[in-house]
Amino acid sequence: MIEIKNITKSFGGTRAVSDCSLSLAGLKIAGLIGPNGSGKTTLFNLITGLIRPDSGEITLEGRRIEGRMPHHMANMGLIRTFQLSRVFPRLTVMDNMLLAPRGQAGERLWSLFLRFPRVHREETEHREKACELLEMLGIIHLRDQFAGNLSYGQQKLLELGRAVMAQPKMILLDEPTAGINPRLIQTMIDMILKMKARGQIFFIIEHNMDVVVELCERIFVLDHGEKIAEGSPREIQTDPRVIEAYLG
Amino acid sequence: MDLVLHLAIVVAIYSIFALSLNIEVGYTGLFNFGHVAFFAIGAYVSALLSLQDATFSLALIAGIACAGVGGLLIGLPALKLQGDYFGIATLGFAEIVRMLLQNQVAWTKGPMGLPGIPRPEIFSWHFDTLPAYLLLTLGAAVLTFLVIGFLTLSPFGRVLKAIRDDETAAAVLGKNPFAYKMEAFVIGSAFAGLAGVLWAHFITFISPGDFTLTETILVLLIVVLGGKGTLWGPVVGAAVLIFFQESVRFLRLPPEWSGILGPLQQMIFGLLLVILMIFRPEGLIREKGKETIDRD
Repeated sequence: MIEIKNITKSFGGTRAVSDCSLSLAGLKIAGLIGPNGSGKTTLFNLITGLIRPDSGEITLEGRRIEGRMPHHMANMGLIRTFQLSRVFPRLTVMDNMLLAPRGQAGERLWSLFLRFPRVHREETEHREKACELLEMLGIIHLRDQFAGNLSYGQQKLLELGRAVMAQPKMILLDEPTAGINPRLIQTMIDMILKMKARGQIFFIIEHNMDVVVELCERIFVLDHGEKIAEGSPREIQTDPRVIEAYLG
Repeated sequence: MDLVLHLAIVVAIYSIFALSLNIEVGYTGLFNFGHVAFFAIGAYVSALLSLQDATFSLALIAGIACAGVGGLLIGLPALKLQGDYFGIATLGFAEIVRMLLQNQVAWTKGPMGLPGIPRPEIFSWHFDTLPAYLLLTLGAAVLTFLVIGFLTLSPFGRVLKAIRDDETAAAVLGKNPFAYKMEAFVIGSAFAGLAGVLWAHFITFISPGDFTLTETILVLLIVVLGGKGTLWGPVVGAAVLIFFQESVRFLRLPPEWSGILGPLQQMIFGLLLVILMIFRPEGLIREKGKETIDRD
């Protein structure tokens, strides 16, 4: 669905992403790995519009989208999470979830006043859906808490739930299991697999190789901003260039 | 009795003023240090029109509209700025407005001010007595409270709070931060204009000296002390602070103290704020949401 062609981004003198091309067409869960500083998060920032590429193309279902504003990217169906989770600390867990659906009538001033019945109906539907997801994530009992009071792992689960609530074309997860306890890692993996079964597409940056191998059909490997390999988990694990980049 | 009515009217007007600032500061996280400018625009536009024999309804609508448009115009450049820079831009804008009022003598009579602003008349109702005026301001305050309450409890208000908490995270969920900040800013400015209109027709004399930074600080204080990001906070804050401010007048202090009364009041204000921020940083009214920690 997403095609990235020859994308390049430099910060000052360093090439954070250098002439990268990846095709995610037909993939349900794609993985992106690489040593620290290899440009993975920069690539995510480019895809979600937080930074603009110096050159290259990104196409979503055939449409050129590179360089657009983050909210445009999100509204076209690309929703991401962050490496250090970014929930809204002074919104309740439920409100964090309810914020996510795109194109809500109640979020625009005119339709809020003029189409209130629809606003009300949407809220009820979203609330039901949010409850179901929070139940699956095991944080339903925290629904009325400020999200800022949740543990780090719970915040990451909430961020995943929020991304799912947005019903995007693709969810980009930036290190979903980093820094959380093993039990929550399992919840996270189960959730991703359940959503995959419902047809949700993912693109995942992850350092934990067990997680990557369990989830991803195809893995892209970055090093120093360049793509050095791509293939199935098995191919990647035995690829000498990948082993060198990680160990060398 | 007149004194109580007078106080109640001032509290009602400042409640509107504070509610309008709260949608910016408390809900959207826009630290507007020039909010008094919109209060001034409302007051002056309405006063000037009324002195030209325009009806109150027209003056009222024009005052609110001009304040809203003023918000739009200053918001276009200022809302591109982040945090503190936005604050400084609004501070500068408020000074520009005050200087205009002071120096554009042909329109505003400059520092002489505008005396004799008529008490309002809507259709054939005259609001020329204190009880009648109280009714008018209370009506306006209740309306403001309901509108801002409805907005902040709606999905729209949820987006504002999200932008306050983390603008980037809101943007990657598809909310356009600039557009939402602009809407909050224009709404806040328009309601500040309403407060200004009511103020001008109540005091019946306005001059540029009424619209200084001190007013902005007072209303910011009301919002922060009352509890920013809450619906009742600005109302409670207005009641407490206005009562405190006015009550100092009625302390039986020896006449030779009158020179230090103003500064003394400011010092007590400052002290009050410091104490409050230490012991209850979230203000008198707390934002809804559980604070208890319940971890895995």
